[in-house]
Amino acid sequence: MRARRVQARSESGGVCGAERMTDSERIVITGIGLTSPNGDNVEEFRRSLLGGRSGVTAIQTRFMGRVLAGVCHYDESKYQTKRDRRRGTRAGSIAIYCVHEAVRRADLKLDEVDPYRVGTYLGVTEHGTVETENEIDVIRQYDYDTRYWSHHHNPRTVANNPAGEVTINLGLRGPHYTIGAACAAGNAGLIQGLQMLRLGEVDAALCGGVSEAVHSFGVFASFAAEDALARHDDPTKASRPFDRARNGIVVSEGGCVFVVERLRDARRRRAPIVAEVIGYAMNSDANDPVLPDPDRMAECMRAAIGRAGIEPRDVGVVSTHATATQLGDPREMQAVRHVFEGCGATYVNNTKSFIGHAMGAAGALELTGNLGSLEDGVVHPTINVDDLDPECAMANLVLNEPKQVGRIDVILNNSFGMLGINSAVVVRRSPG
Amino acid sequence: MVNQQVKDIILEIIAVVAPDADLSNIRSDVRLRDQLDMDSMDFLDIVMELRKRYKIEVPKEDYPKLASLDSCVEYLGPKLSVASAS
Repeated sequence: MRARRVQARSESGGVCGAERMTDSERIVITGIGLTSPNGDNVEEFRRSLLGGRSGVTAIQTRFMGRVLAGVCHYDESKYQTKRDRRRGTRAGSIAIYCVHEAVRRADLKLDEVDPYRVGTYLGVTEHGTVETENEIDVIRQYDYDTRYWSHHHNPRTVANNPAGEVTINLGLRGPHYTIGAACAAGNAGLIQGLQMLRLGEVDAALCGGVSEAVHSFGVFASFAAEDALARHDDPTKASRPFDRARNGIVVSEGGCVFVVERLRDARRRRAPIVAEVIGYAMNSDANDPVLPDPDRMAECMRAAIGRAGIEPRDVGVVSTHATATQLGDPREMQAVRHVFEGCGATYVNNTKSFIGHAMGAAGALELTGNLGSLEDGVVHPTINVDDLDPECAMANLVLNEPKQVGRIDVILNNSFGMLGINSAVVVRRSPG
Repeated sequence: MVNQQVKDIILEIIAVVAPDADLSNIRSDVRLRDQLDMDSMDFLDIVMELRKRYKIEVPKEDYPKLASLDSCVEYLGPKLSVASAS
Protein backbone atom coordinates (compact mmCIF):
# COMPACT_ATOMS: atom_id res chain seq x y z
CA MET A 1 0.00 0.00 0.00
CA ARG A 2 2.67 2.42 1.02
CA ALA A 3 4.74 1.68 -2.05
CA ARG A 4 1.82 2.35 -4.35
CA ARG A 5 1.08 5.60 -2.56
CA VAL A 6 4.64 6.92 -2.96
CA GLN A 7 4.70 5.88 -6.57
CA ALA A 8 1.29 7.36 -7.29
CA ARG A 9 2.10 10.67 -5.72
CA SER A 10 5.34 10.84 -7.63
CA GLU A 11 3.53 10.23 -10.85
CA SER A 12 0.69 12.60 -10.08
CA GLY A 13 2.48 15.73 -9.17
CA GLY A 14 5.96 15.24 -7.83
CA VAL A 15 5.13 15.34 -4.14
CA CYS A 16 8.39 13.54 -3.42
CA GLY A 17 11.19 16.11 -3.18
CA ALA A 18 13.42 14.20 -5.55
CA GLU A 19 10.74 14.31 -8.21
CA ARG A 20 10.92 18.11 -8.27
CA MET A 21 14.59 17.92 -9.18
CA THR A 22 16.31 17.38 -12.47
CA ASP A 23 18.40 14.26 -12.98
CA SER A 24 21.52 16.37 -12.46
CA GLU A 25 20.28 17.35 -9.01
CA ARG A 26 19.13 13.90 -7.93
CA ILE A 27 21.86 11.97 -6.17
CA VAL A 28 22.26 8.21 -6.21
CA ILE A 29 24.51 5.62 -4.61
CA THR A 30 26.19 3.46 -7.22
CA GLY A 31 28.67 1.44 -5.20
CA ILE A 32 29.40 0.51 -1.60
CA GLY A 33 32.58 -0.80 0.01
CA LEU A 34 32.68 -1.75 3.64
CA THR A 35 34.38 -3.61 6.39
CA SER A 36 32.56 -4.33 9.60
CA PRO A 37 33.13 -6.71 12.50
CA ASN A 38 30.75 -9.21 10.90
CA GLY A 39 31.37 -8.79 7.20
CA ASP A 40 33.75 -7.30 4.65
CA ASN A 41 31.29 -6.68 1.84
CA VAL A 42 27.64 -5.73 1.48
CA GLU A 43 26.36 -9.26 0.98
CA GLU A 44 28.29 -10.84 3.85
CA PHE A 45 27.27 -7.99 6.14
CA ARG A 46 23.61 -8.37 5.23
CA ARG A 47 23.75 -12.14 5.69
CA SER A 48 25.17 -11.64 9.16
CA LEU A 49 22.44 -9.17 10.06
CA LEU A 50 19.69 -11.51 8.87
CA GLY A 51 21.41 -14.53 10.40
CA GLY A 52 21.86 -13.04 13.87
CA ARG A 53 25.66 -13.17 13.69
CA SER A 54 27.39 -10.73 16.01
CA GLY A 55 30.89 -9.45 15.30
CA VAL A 56 31.79 -8.54 18.87
CA THR A 57 34.76 -10.26 20.51
CA ALA A 58 37.07 -9.82 23.49
CA ILE A 59 40.44 -8.16 22.90
CA GLN A 60 43.34 -7.03 25.04
CA THR A 61 43.99 -3.30 25.14
CA ARG A 62 46.79 -1.23 26.63
CA PHE A 63 46.49 -0.64 30.38
CA MET A 64 42.95 -2.05 30.58
CA GLY A 65 43.37 -5.71 29.68
CA ARG A 66 40.26 -7.45 28.38
CA VAL A 67 37.63 -5.30 26.73
CA LEU A 68 34.83 -6.10 24.32
CA ALA A 69 35.18 -4.74 20.81
CA GLY A 70 34.16 -5.07 17.20
CA VAL A 71 37.27 -5.84 15.16
CA CYS A 72 37.46 -6.02 11.37
CA HIS A 73 39.21 -8.77 9.41
CA TYR A 74 39.38 -7.38 5.87
CA ASP A 75 42.31 -8.28 3.64
CA GLU A 76 44.76 -5.49 4.47
CA SER A 77 47.15 -6.50 1.72
CA LYS A 78 44.57 -6.35 -1.07
CA TYR A 79 45.13 -2.70 -1.93
CA GLN A 80 48.18 -1.65 0.11
CA THR A 81 51.82 -2.66 0.48
CA LYS A 82 53.25 -3.47 3.88
CA ARG A 83 55.27 -0.26 3.68
CA ASP A 84 52.18 1.84 3.05
CA ARG A 85 50.41 0.26 6.01
CA ARG A 86 53.47 0.74 8.22
CA ARG A 87 53.64 4.43 7.38
CA GLY A 88 49.92 5.09 7.41
CA THR A 89 47.09 4.59 9.86
CA ARG A 90 44.51 1.89 10.47
CA ALA A 91 41.80 4.40 9.55
CA GLY A 92 43.62 5.12 6.30
CA SER A 93 43.92 1.41 5.56
CA ILE A 94 40.24 0.83 6.26
CA ALA A 95 39.33 3.79 4.06
CA ILE A 96 41.50 2.57 1.19
CA TYR A 97 39.96 -0.90 1.33
CA CYS A 98 36.42 0.48 1.39
CA VAL A 99 37.02 2.98 -1.42
CA HIS A 100 38.54 0.36 -3.72
CA GLU A 101 35.64 -1.99 -3.08
CA ALA A 102 33.05 0.76 -3.59
CA VAL A 103 34.64 1.95 -6.84
CA ARG A 104 34.83 -1.61 -8.15
CA ARG A 105 31.19 -2.26 -7.35
CA ALA A 106 30.13 1.04 -8.91
CA ASP A 107 31.97 -0.04 -12.05
CA LEU A 108 33.61 3.39 -11.96
CA LYS A 109 36.76 3.36 -14.09
CA LEU A 110 39.03 5.82 -12.33
CA ASP A 111 41.48 5.81 -15.23
CA GLU A 112 38.67 7.05 -17.48
CA VAL A 113 37.44 9.90 -15.26
CA ASP A 114 39.00 13.28 -14.55
CA PRO A 115 40.89 12.69 -11.27
CA TYR A 116 40.33 16.35 -10.36
CA ARG A 117 36.55 15.77 -10.40
CA VAL A 118 36.46 13.00 -7.79
CA GLY A 119 36.02 14.15 -4.19
CA THR A 120 36.78 12.14 -1.05
CA TYR A 121 34.76 13.02 2.04
CA LEU A 122 35.10 10.70 5.02
CA GLY A 123 33.42 11.10 8.37
CA VAL A 124 35.45 10.51 11.51
CA THR A 125 34.44 10.60 15.14
CA GLU A 126 38.01 11.51 16.02
CA HIS A 127 41.38 10.97 14.45
CA GLY A 128 44.87 10.87 15.91
CA THR A 129 44.07 9.38 19.29
CA VAL A 130 45.42 5.96 18.35
CA GLU A 131 48.60 7.30 16.82
CA THR A 132 49.30 9.66 19.72
CA GLU A 133 48.84 6.89 22.28
CA ASN A 134 51.22 4.69 20.28
CA GLU A 135 53.93 7.35 20.21
CA ILE A 136 53.62 8.03 23.91
CA ASP A 137 54.04 4.31 24.49
CA VAL A 138 57.20 4.35 22.37
CA ILE A 139 58.86 7.25 24.18
CA ARG A 140 57.80 5.76 27.51
CA GLN A 141 60.28 2.96 26.72
CA TYR A 142 63.02 5.59 26.33
CA ASP A 143 62.38 7.54 29.50
CA TYR A 144 60.10 9.95 27.64
CA ASP A 145 62.95 11.17 25.42
CA THR A 146 61.14 12.93 22.59
CA ARG A 147 63.94 12.15 20.13
CA TYR A 148 62.19 8.80 19.81
CA TRP A 149 58.90 10.40 18.75
CA SER A 150 58.22 9.40 15.14
CA HIS A 151 58.47 11.73 12.16
CA HIS A 152 55.37 9.88 10.91
CA HIS A 153 53.29 11.31 13.74
CA ASN A 154 52.15 14.49 12.00
CA PRO A 155 51.13 12.96 8.65
CA ARG A 156 49.39 10.19 10.55
CA THR A 157 47.45 12.52 12.82
CA VAL A 158 46.46 15.44 10.60
CA ALA A 159 42.69 15.44 10.58
CA ASN A 160 42.45 14.72 6.86
CA ASN A 161 44.60 11.58 7.16
CA PRO A 162 42.20 8.78 6.15
CA ALA A 163 40.86 10.72 3.16
CA GLY A 164 44.34 11.87 2.18
CA GLU A 165 45.69 8.33 2.26
CA VAL A 166 42.88 7.39 -0.14
CA THR A 167 43.85 10.08 -2.64
CA ILE A 168 47.51 9.07 -2.54
CA ASN A 169 46.67 5.40 -2.98
CA LEU A 170 44.30 5.96 -5.89
CA GLY A 171 45.90 9.02 -7.49
CA LEU A 172 42.80 11.17 -6.97
CA ARG A 173 43.33 14.92 -7.32
CA GLY A 174 39.95 16.31 -6.38
CA PRO A 175 39.19 17.72 -2.93
CA HIS A 176 39.64 15.49 0.07
CA TYR A 177 39.01 15.97 3.75
CA THR A 178 37.43 14.33 6.70
CA ILE A 179 34.30 15.52 8.41
CA GLY A 180 34.67 15.51 12.17
CA ALA A 181 31.15 14.88 13.35
CA ALA A 182 31.43 12.63 16.39
CA CYS A 183 29.25 9.58 15.89
CA ALA A 184 27.08 11.32 13.31
CA ALA A 185 30.08 11.28 10.99
CA GLY A 186 29.03 8.43 8.71
CA ASN A 187 25.86 10.25 7.73
CA ALA A 188 27.74 13.56 7.61
CA GLY A 189 30.23 12.16 5.10
CA LEU A 190 27.43 11.02 2.81
CA ILE A 191 25.68 14.37 3.14
CA GLN A 192 28.89 16.21 2.30
CA GLY A 193 29.34 14.15 -0.84
CA LEU A 194 25.76 14.83 -1.90
CA GLN A 195 26.15 18.55 -1.34
CA MET A 196 29.39 18.76 -3.30
CA LEU A 197 27.72 16.99 -6.23
CA ARG A 198 24.78 19.39 -6.14
CA LEU A 199 27.18 22.34 -6.01
CA GLY A 200 28.90 20.97 -9.09
CA GLU A 201 32.24 20.76 -7.30
CA VAL A 202 32.84 17.14 -8.30
CA ASP A 203 31.36 14.51 -10.60
CA ALA A 204 31.76 11.59 -8.20
CA ALA A 205 32.01 11.57 -4.44
CA LEU A 206 33.64 8.85 -2.35
CA CYS A 207 31.97 9.41 0.96
CA GLY A 208 30.98 7.73 4.19
CA GLY A 209 32.90 7.13 7.38
CA VAL A 210 35.71 5.21 9.06
CA SER A 211 36.75 4.24 12.59
CA GLU A 212 39.94 2.85 14.10
CA ALA A 213 38.72 3.40 17.65
CA VAL A 214 39.41 -0.10 19.00
CA HIS A 215 43.14 0.63 18.86
CA SER A 216 42.85 3.44 21.41
CA PHE A 217 42.68 2.53 25.07
CA GLY A 218 41.54 6.07 25.74
CA VAL A 219 38.24 5.63 23.94
CA PHE A 220 37.45 2.56 26.08
CA ALA A 221 38.72 4.20 29.27
CA SER A 222 36.65 7.31 28.76
CA PHE A 223 33.45 5.34 28.24
CA ALA A 224 34.34 3.24 31.29
CA ALA A 225 34.85 6.41 33.31
CA GLU A 226 31.29 7.49 32.56
CA ASP A 227 30.02 3.97 33.27
CA ALA A 228 29.06 3.57 29.64
CA LEU A 229 31.35 0.75 28.49
CA ALA A 230 29.55 -2.53 27.79
CA ARG A 231 30.32 -5.58 29.93
CA HIS A 232 29.08 -9.14 29.45
CA ASP A 233 30.47 -12.65 29.90
CA ASP A 234 29.45 -13.43 26.32
CA PRO A 235 30.90 -10.77 23.98
CA THR A 236 28.23 -11.43 21.36
CA LYS A 237 25.55 -10.37 23.84
CA ALA A 238 27.30 -7.25 25.11
CA SER A 239 25.77 -4.76 22.68
CA ARG A 240 22.11 -4.73 23.64
CA PRO A 241 20.28 -1.53 22.77
CA PHE A 242 16.75 -1.29 24.18
CA ASP A 243 17.28 -4.17 26.62
CA ARG A 244 16.62 -3.35 30.24
CA ALA A 245 20.01 -4.83 31.22
CA ARG A 246 22.04 -2.82 28.69
CA ASN A 247 25.14 -1.40 30.29
CA GLY A 248 26.94 0.59 27.65
CA ILE A 249 28.78 0.82 24.36
CA VAL A 250 30.84 -1.80 22.56
CA VAL A 251 33.59 0.15 20.78
CA SER A 252 34.19 -0.99 17.19
CA GLU A 253 36.27 -0.23 14.16
CA GLY A 254 35.00 -0.29 10.61
CA GLY A 255 34.43 1.61 7.45
CA CYS A 256 31.80 2.15 4.82
CA VAL A 257 32.24 4.25 1.69
CA PHE A 258 29.65 5.07 -0.95
CA VAL A 259 30.27 6.07 -4.53
CA VAL A 260 27.72 8.81 -5.01
CA GLU A 261 26.85 10.44 -8.34
CA ARG A 262 24.25 12.55 -10.05
CA LEU A 263 21.43 10.42 -11.41
CA ARG A 264 22.11 11.85 -14.88
CA ASP A 265 25.73 10.71 -14.83
CA ALA A 266 24.93 7.33 -13.34
CA ARG A 267 22.35 6.64 -16.03
CA ARG A 268 24.66 7.90 -18.77
CA ARG A 269 27.35 5.40 -17.84
CA ARG A 270 24.80 2.69 -17.01
CA ALA A 271 26.05 2.36 -13.46
CA PRO A 272 24.38 -0.01 -11.03
CA ILE A 273 22.13 2.26 -8.95
CA VAL A 274 21.74 0.97 -5.41
CA ALA A 275 19.48 3.68 -3.96
CA GLU A 276 18.66 7.37 -4.19
CA VAL A 277 19.41 9.80 -1.37
CA ILE A 278 16.26 11.90 -1.18
CA GLY A 279 16.55 13.63 2.17
CA TYR A 280 18.96 14.62 4.86
CA ALA A 281 19.24 16.96 7.81
CA MET A 282 21.70 17.91 10.51
CA ASN A 283 21.19 20.07 13.57
CA SER A 284 22.59 20.70 17.04
CA ASP A 285 21.19 20.22 20.52
CA ALA A 286 23.03 23.30 21.82
CA ASN A 287 22.55 21.80 25.22
CA ASP A 288 24.57 19.03 26.88
CA PRO A 289 27.95 17.63 25.73
CA VAL A 290 26.85 14.02 26.21
CA LEU A 291 23.11 13.68 26.80
CA PRO A 292 21.06 13.80 23.59
CA ASP A 293 17.98 15.98 23.29
CA PRO A 294 14.89 14.11 22.04
CA ASP A 295 13.28 17.28 20.72
CA ARG A 296 16.23 18.15 18.50
CA MET A 297 16.53 14.53 17.32
CA ALA A 298 12.86 14.57 16.35
CA GLU A 299 13.35 17.90 14.57
CA CYS A 300 16.25 16.44 12.66
CA MET A 301 14.25 13.42 11.49
CA ARG A 302 11.30 15.61 10.50
CA ALA A 303 13.58 17.96 8.58
CA ALA A 304 15.10 15.07 6.63
CA ILE A 305 11.67 13.67 5.85
CA GLY A 306 10.45 17.11 4.85
CA ARG A 307 13.38 17.65 2.53
CA ALA A 308 12.61 14.30 0.95
CA GLY A 309 9.10 15.54 0.28
CA ILE A 310 7.47 12.55 1.93
CA GLU A 311 5.51 11.86 5.10
CA PRO A 312 6.69 9.83 8.11
CA ARG A 313 4.27 7.05 7.13
CA ASP A 314 6.17 6.62 3.86
CA VAL A 315 9.27 5.49 5.75
CA GLY A 316 9.50 1.70 5.80
CA VAL A 317 12.52 1.31 8.10
CA VAL A 318 13.93 3.60 10.76
CA SER A 319 17.51 2.59 11.47
CA THR A 320 18.18 3.88 14.96
CA HIS A 321 21.45 5.18 16.33
CA ALA A 322 20.92 3.76 19.85
CA THR A 323 24.23 2.74 21.44
CA ALA A 324 22.94 0.75 24.43
CA THR A 325 23.49 3.41 27.05
CA GLN A 326 20.95 3.73 29.83
CA LEU A 327 20.16 7.36 29.11
CA GLY A 328 20.64 7.63 25.36
CA ASP A 329 18.41 4.83 24.08
CA PRO A 330 15.12 5.98 25.62
CA ARG A 331 15.73 9.54 24.47
CA GLU A 332 16.10 8.48 20.86
CA MET A 333 13.11 6.19 21.09
CA GLN A 334 11.06 9.01 22.55
CA ALA A 335 11.94 11.05 19.48
CA VAL A 336 11.22 8.17 17.10
CA ARG A 337 7.82 7.56 18.73
CA HIS A 338 6.90 11.21 18.33
CA VAL A 339 7.87 11.39 14.67
CA PHE A 340 6.37 8.05 13.65
CA GLU A 341 3.32 7.93 15.87
CA GLY A 342 0.54 6.09 14.10
CA CYS A 343 2.76 4.97 11.22
CA GLY A 344 1.62 1.37 11.12
CA ALA A 345 3.91 0.30 8.29
CA THR A 346 7.10 1.83 9.67
CA TYR A 347 9.51 -0.64 11.27
CA VAL A 348 12.35 0.22 13.63
CA ASN A 349 15.64 -1.59 14.23
CA ASN A 350 19.24 -1.19 15.36
CA THR A 351 22.47 -2.46 13.79
CA LYS A 352 24.81 -1.74 16.70
CA SER A 353 23.39 -4.76 18.49
CA PHE A 354 25.43 -6.86 16.00
CA ILE A 355 28.59 -4.85 15.43
CA GLY A 356 28.86 -2.51 18.38
CA HIS A 357 29.44 1.18 17.85
CA ALA A 358 31.64 1.73 14.79
CA MET A 359 31.92 5.42 15.65
CA GLY A 360 32.74 7.41 12.49
CA ALA A 361 31.65 4.50 10.34
CA ALA A 362 28.46 3.78 12.27
CA GLY A 363 26.02 5.88 10.27
CA ALA A 364 27.25 4.64 6.89
CA LEU A 365 27.44 1.00 7.98
CA GLU A 366 24.01 1.05 9.59
CA LEU A 367 22.39 2.60 6.52
CA THR A 368 24.06 -0.01 4.33
CA GLY A 369 22.99 -2.83 6.62
CA ASN A 370 19.41 -1.85 5.93
CA LEU A 371 19.63 -1.20 2.19
CA GLY A 372 19.05 -4.88 1.52
CA SER A 373 15.47 -4.46 2.72
CA LEU A 374 14.74 -2.44 -0.43
CA GLU A 375 15.37 -5.68 -2.31
CA ASP A 376 14.20 -8.42 0.01
CA GLY A 377 11.49 -6.70 2.04
CA VAL A 378 13.02 -7.99 5.26
CA VAL A 379 13.84 -5.82 8.26
CA HIS A 380 16.88 -7.05 10.15
CA PRO A 381 16.30 -7.22 13.88
CA THR A 382 17.81 -5.64 16.94
CA ILE A 383 19.38 -8.62 18.68
CA ASN A 384 20.11 -9.25 22.35
CA VAL A 385 16.80 -7.88 23.59
CA ASP A 386 15.79 -10.38 26.27
CA ASP A 387 13.86 -7.92 28.39
CA LEU A 388 12.64 -4.91 26.45
CA ASP A 389 12.91 -1.67 28.39
CA PRO A 390 9.40 -0.18 28.39
CA GLU A 391 10.95 3.25 27.86
CA CYS A 392 12.38 2.00 24.57
CA ALA A 393 9.30 0.16 23.39
CA MET A 394 7.24 1.11 20.39
CA ALA A 395 5.08 -0.60 17.82
CA ASN A 396 7.00 -2.36 15.05
CA LEU A 397 10.30 -2.46 16.88
CA VAL A 398 11.85 -5.53 15.26
CA LEU A 399 13.41 -7.68 17.97
CA ASN A 400 15.72 -10.70 17.79
CA GLU A 401 14.37 -12.20 14.56
CA PRO A 402 14.21 -10.68 11.09
CA LYS A 403 10.76 -9.63 9.95
CA GLN A 404 9.41 -10.08 6.45
CA VAL A 405 7.25 -7.02 5.94
CA GLY A 406 6.75 -6.93 2.18
CA ARG A 407 7.91 -4.13 -0.03
CA ILE A 408 10.01 -1.36 1.50
CA ASP A 409 10.65 1.82 -0.45
CA VAL A 410 12.19 4.27 2.00
CA ILE A 411 14.75 4.01 4.82
CA LEU A 412 15.58 6.70 7.36
CA ASN A 413 18.97 6.37 9.04
CA ASN A 414 19.70 8.16 12.31
CA SER A 415 23.18 8.99 13.50
CA PHE A 416 23.84 11.17 16.51
CA GLY A 417 26.94 12.19 18.43
CA MET A 418 28.52 13.94 21.36
CA LEU A 419 28.29 17.69 21.72
CA GLY A 420 24.72 17.36 20.48
CA ILE A 421 25.25 16.70 16.78
CA ASN A 422 22.29 15.07 15.05
CA SER A 423 21.88 13.70 11.56
CA ALA A 424 19.31 11.80 9.56
CA VAL A 425 19.50 10.53 6.00
CA VAL A 426 16.56 9.32 3.91
CA VAL A 427 17.06 7.00 0.95
CA ARG A 428 14.63 5.25 -1.32
CA ARG A 429 14.82 2.39 -3.75
CA SER A 430 16.69 2.88 -6.97
CA PRO A 431 14.87 4.93 -9.57
CA GLY A 432 16.31 2.49 -12.10
CA MET B 1 83.10 -4.79 13.34
CA VAL B 2 83.64 -6.39 9.95
CA ASN B 3 82.09 -4.86 6.88
CA GLN B 4 79.62 -7.68 6.28
CA GLN B 5 78.27 -7.34 9.81
CA VAL B 6 77.60 -3.65 9.23
CA LYS B 7 75.87 -4.42 5.92
CA ASP B 8 73.74 -7.06 7.60
CA ILE B 9 72.69 -4.59 10.28
CA ILE B 10 71.69 -2.00 7.67
CA LEU B 11 69.84 -4.59 5.57
CA GLU B 12 68.03 -5.80 8.67
CA ILE B 13 66.82 -2.27 9.34
CA ILE B 14 65.86 -1.72 5.69
CA ALA B 15 63.83 -4.93 5.83
CA VAL B 16 61.77 -3.33 8.60
CA VAL B 17 61.50 0.09 6.95
CA ALA B 18 60.77 -1.25 3.45
CA PRO B 19 59.20 -4.65 4.12
CA ASP B 20 58.09 -5.21 0.52
CA ALA B 21 61.57 -4.66 -0.95
CA ASP B 22 63.63 -7.46 -2.47
CA LEU B 23 66.98 -7.17 -0.74
CA SER B 24 68.57 -10.24 -2.26
CA ASN B 25 70.51 -8.41 -4.98
CA ILE B 26 71.36 -5.09 -3.43
CA ARG B 27 74.62 -3.68 -4.81
CA SER B 28 76.70 -2.14 -2.07
CA ASP B 29 78.28 0.51 -4.30
CA VAL B 30 75.00 1.91 -5.67
CA ARG B 31 72.79 4.42 -3.89
CA LEU B 32 70.01 2.68 -1.99
CA ARG B 33 67.45 5.13 -3.38
CA ASP B 34 68.45 4.10 -6.89
CA GLN B 35 67.75 0.45 -6.11
CA LEU B 36 64.80 0.61 -3.75
CA ASP B 37 61.55 2.52 -3.55
CA MET B 38 62.65 4.68 -0.63
CA ASP B 39 62.14 8.35 0.17
CA SER B 40 63.31 10.80 2.80
CA MET B 41 60.81 9.50 5.36
CA ASP B 42 62.26 6.02 4.96
CA PHE B 43 65.76 7.34 5.59
CA LEU B 44 64.48 9.07 8.71
CA ASP B 45 63.15 5.64 9.74
CA ILE B 46 66.64 4.21 9.29
CA VAL B 47 68.07 7.00 11.43
CA MET B 48 65.44 6.30 14.08
CA GLU B 49 66.17 2.57 14.10
CA LEU B 50 69.90 3.25 14.53
CA ARG B 51 69.03 5.46 17.48
CA LYS B 52 66.69 2.89 19.03
CA ARG B 53 68.81 -0.20 18.46
CA TYR B 54 72.35 1.11 18.85
CA LYS B 55 71.98 4.57 20.40
CA ILE B 56 73.75 5.99 17.35
CA GLU B 57 72.93 9.59 16.46
CA VAL B 58 73.23 10.57 12.81
CA PRO B 59 73.22 14.37 12.48
CA LYS B 60 71.40 15.81 9.50
CA GLU B 61 74.60 16.87 7.77
CA ASP B 62 75.73 13.23 7.75
CA TYR B 63 72.60 11.83 6.09
CA PRO B 64 74.39 11.64 2.68
CA LYS B 65 76.78 9.16 4.26
CA LEU B 66 73.94 6.64 4.47
CA ALA B 67 73.43 6.73 0.71
CA SER B 68 74.83 3.28 -0.14
CA LEU B 69 75.77 0.14 1.77
CA ASP B 70 79.44 0.91 1.18
CA SER B 71 79.12 4.43 2.54
CA CYS B 72 77.15 3.05 5.48
CA VAL B 73 79.98 0.66 6.25
CA GLU B 74 82.49 3.47 6.13
CA TYR B 75 80.41 5.82 8.26
CA LEU B 76 78.65 3.46 10.65
CA GLY B 77 81.34 0.81 11.06
CA PRO B 78 83.32 2.68 13.74
CA LYS B 79 80.13 3.86 15.47
CA LEU B 80 78.69 0.34 15.59
CA SER B 81 81.98 -1.01 16.93
CA VAL B 82 81.81 1.48 19.76
CA ALA B 83 78.15 0.69 20.35
CA SER B 84 78.73 -3.06 20.47
CA ALA B 85 81.70 -2.63 22.80
CA SER B 86 79.80 -0.50 25.31
